[in-house]
Amino acid sequence: MTRSMAIVLLAIMVAATPAAAQDVAAARKEGKVVWYTSLALTTAEKVAKLFEAKYPGIKAEVHRTGSQRILQRVMQELSASIKNVDVIHTSDAGHYVLLKDKKLLLKYTPAGAERLAAGFKDKDGYYYGLRATVNVIAYNTRVVPAAEAPKTWKDLLAAKWKGKLVTAHPGYSGVIATHVLALSNLLGWDYFKTLGQQSVMIVQSAVDPAGVVASGERPVAVDGGDYTFYQSKKAGNPVEIVYPKDGVPLVVSPTAIAAFSSRPNAAKLFTDFTFSKEIQQVLADTEGLYTGHPEVTYPADKPKLGDLKLLTVDPEELEKRSEEIKRRFVEFFGA
Amino acid sequence: MRRFDLSLPVWALAALTLALLMGLPLGWMVTLSVSGEHGVTAQHYVNAFRDLHLRRALWHTLVMAFWVGVVSVTIGAPLAWLTARTDLPGRRLVRALVMASFVTPPFLGAVAWVMLAGPNAGALNKLWRALTGSDAAMVNIFTMTGLVFVVAMYTFPYVYVMIGNTLELIASDVEEAAAMLGAGRFTVARTVTLPLVAPAVLSGFIVSVLQALALFGSPAILALPAGFHTLTTQVWGMFHYPPRVETAAAVAMPLLVATALLLMLQRRLLGRRGYGAVGGKGGARRRIALGAWRYPALLFSLLVIVCAVVLPYGILAKAAFSRAWAQPLTWDNLTLRHWTFTFFEYSATQSAIVNTLELGVLTASVGAALAALLAYIARRRAIVGHQLVGFLALAPIAIPGVVLAVALFIAYTRPPLILYGTLWILFVAYVTKEMPVGYAQSDATFRAIPAELEEAGRILGAGRLRVLGEITAPLARSGVIAAWCFIFIGVIRELSASIILFTPDTKVMSVVIFDLKEEGQFGAIAVLGLFMIGMTFAVVLTMERVLGRDFMGGRE
Repeated sequence: MTRSMAIVLLAIMVAATPAAAQDVAAARKEGKVVWYTSLALTTAEKVAKLFEAKYPGIKAEVHRTGSQRILQRVMQELSASIKNVDVIHTSDAGHYVLLKDKKLLLKYTPAGAERLAAGFKDKDGYYYGLRATVNVIAYNTRVVPAAEAPKTWKDLLAAKWKGKLVTAHPGYSGVIATHVLALSNLLGWDYFKTLGQQSVMIVQSAVDPAGVVASGERPVAVDGGDYTFYQSKKAGNPVEIVYPKDGVPLVVSPTAIAAFSSRPNAAKLFTDFTFSKEIQQVLADTEGLYTGHPEVTYPADKPKLGDLKLLTVDPEELEKRSEEIKRRFVEFFGA
Repeated sequence: MRRFDLSLPVWALAALTLALLMGLPLGWMVTLSVSGEHGVTAQHYVNAFRDLHLRRALWHTLVMAFWVGVVSVTIGAPLAWLTARTDLPGRRLVRALVMASFVTPPFLGAVAWVMLAGPNAGALNKLWRALTGSDAAMVNIFTMTGLVFVVAMYTFPYVYVMIGNTLELIASDVEEAAAMLGAGRFTVARTVTLPLVAPAVLSGFIVSVLQALALFGSPAILALPAGFHTLTTQVWGMFHYPPRVETAAAVAMPLLVATALLLMLQRRLLGRRGYGAVGGKGGARRRIALGAWRYPALLFSLLVIVCAVVLPYGILAKAAFSRAWAQPLTWDNLTLRHWTFTFFEYSATQSAIVNTLELGVLTASVGAALAALLAYIARRRAIVGHQLVGFLALAPIAIPGVVLAVALFIAYTRPPLILYGTLWILFVAYVTKEMPVGYAQSDATFRAIPAELEEAGRILGAGRLRVLGEITAPLARSGVIAAWCFIFIGVIRELSASIILFTPDTKVMSVVIFDLKEEGQFGAIAVLGLFMIGMTFAVVLTMERVLGRDFMGGRE
């Protein structure tokens, strides 16, 4: 290979990725990206570690808590003029309507986002769905024989389940807030009113019912992301998932960059990274999540999204009725 | 010419700091609770108390606090008497384990009891079912009774310490006199000892009630799953988006009023009578022989210790090393995953440990020093208004952590001082919250140091500050170190104020544990909890070595 050929090759390589190279340099100068995320803790830490491995010198700082707590953090900090967060990821699409209205989001289209499935894209281009899950019923197979397991949402209202159920909380979890809205639209508030009389154990995170069911503390979960039960089952716990035929609430969890981010380059780089096929596939494989990425493949033992009857909610409605959802839930369940 | 007394600015500065610490947040809180868009309003109070859920929460809070007081006294008083005055076998061990319960953060105890006595998966209930073949649970921790029990397990040490220290001060000659006049062992205990410790029992009751009123973690872990709230969890809920800080301020007021009333009641009840027999250090104390009651008494002591310390730590240790905490500890179930995750993968851990240690040491050092200065000012009447100093220093005991946090949040998210987002707001919260403990300890210390020694130094020409440094300080050393320990422990286990005041960069260990609880990560909680306790013990034991006695005041 002659020297001139090498120079030409190099020139082509540089020309092919000029923007990206520059962005990485700028991001590296910013040093880190702060990620407020409602992704399950272990998953979030894994994504951050992968990012740090791919881009040495840029730290990904994970702050994992429930969707509603994240919104609280962002707003509470902003009220004291603290601008800490760069990338905001929750499971309550309503948050993004609110944040967009308040001009707190940066308009940014992650690389390849135009290929995402419908329902994963904001029409104005401020936020995109990073992952999705559906709310399901799950039960402990050591306590409940398959034949007796609940098949539909209304089966949970039977007297035999009194004191045997667990729910997560819409005041903590965006997955559950979405679930409550979707099911109240399908079955009416009466469904939750009756469910509230079943002495349901209340936990906070939508991740937690899986743990409660696996431990046997309550044999049946009335909600929770299917991926959490899927993981629990894969880990060898006696857990089985029921996808009710009357429909499963679909939760698409958006991500966006804060308009006031002081590390916009790192934030963009990180956001692009989370939408890369590599990470989207990690979410699908190890976590059992659904994604909007067209090339991602799913484990054979998970139902395809297309085969399920999906109940979707409009982010605008979720934002508008957020107070009502929480108020009603507390009214019916006590806390 | 009379030399200007250099000590005066020091006194004044200390007193001013105190006034500022207390005045600024409380002033803001009262202001916000009555301020509407158009001037003064009572609307926030109306909103708060028209709300059925809030009224229920208030009721639950009162019920819980009252019973916690009753149970704590029922457990703490006999235990204190048994270990201080009788020949109970293994009393030193019992005392050491009561200290372990004292050091245990209540929220950690609550998490442990979820794993022990959850109605279905709880280890005790599983054992019960296996033994009896019964379908029903033996105990359900997610009830008011369960909550009271768990809270009392970590509150009774307050009663124990107060009564134990009082018993140490009662000379046994009074008791012996009664015995010589023919009274039996228990008649002596009932007619002589009990009336003498009655004030301490009452104080213990009130302090337990105050602790319970202010508690956040245990109700959040045990009451919320059962579908009921206490006032503290309600106040915390008001910080969720959209925040209702004004209503939170209004809701916090009854907590403040209830606490203030209790303290006034305590003063009135105790102020009326004189207790001449208590207060001096009498001669040798003879231990009362329990006779046939030795073993029932031992059984009672062990039962308490097992519930407060042995079982909870046992289950935490199990959870820390098992894949699934509810499954038997077989080889398959053993893992170190929670340890590697907590320390090497979970990014919040390391900074939380550093933050907690920094805050613990800083608060304990500054707090103990400030408390000592203030106690000295009040005891020696060093400045005008010294009476006020004592009152202000003890006043924070009337402010539950959540309320304090609301007040500090309001005060320090706006000019002149924006502290929110830094460790300083937590520091201010902790110093304020722990001031009464430090002050009470220091006050007792200075009470025991006669003023004559200082006066002698003054007559020989030393300035106030020099006397303080060369005479008073060495004498007060052990008392100040004890205050340091109390404050340090208080900071490590603090959750109720931290949960409102933290930001992601200023997380402390208690907040991280609470975060993990909300996601149900029992393994990581167990690891972090055990580490936290180990850390506390290491610090406290080191300090005790320096001190030469245990920090709760025993001299054995």
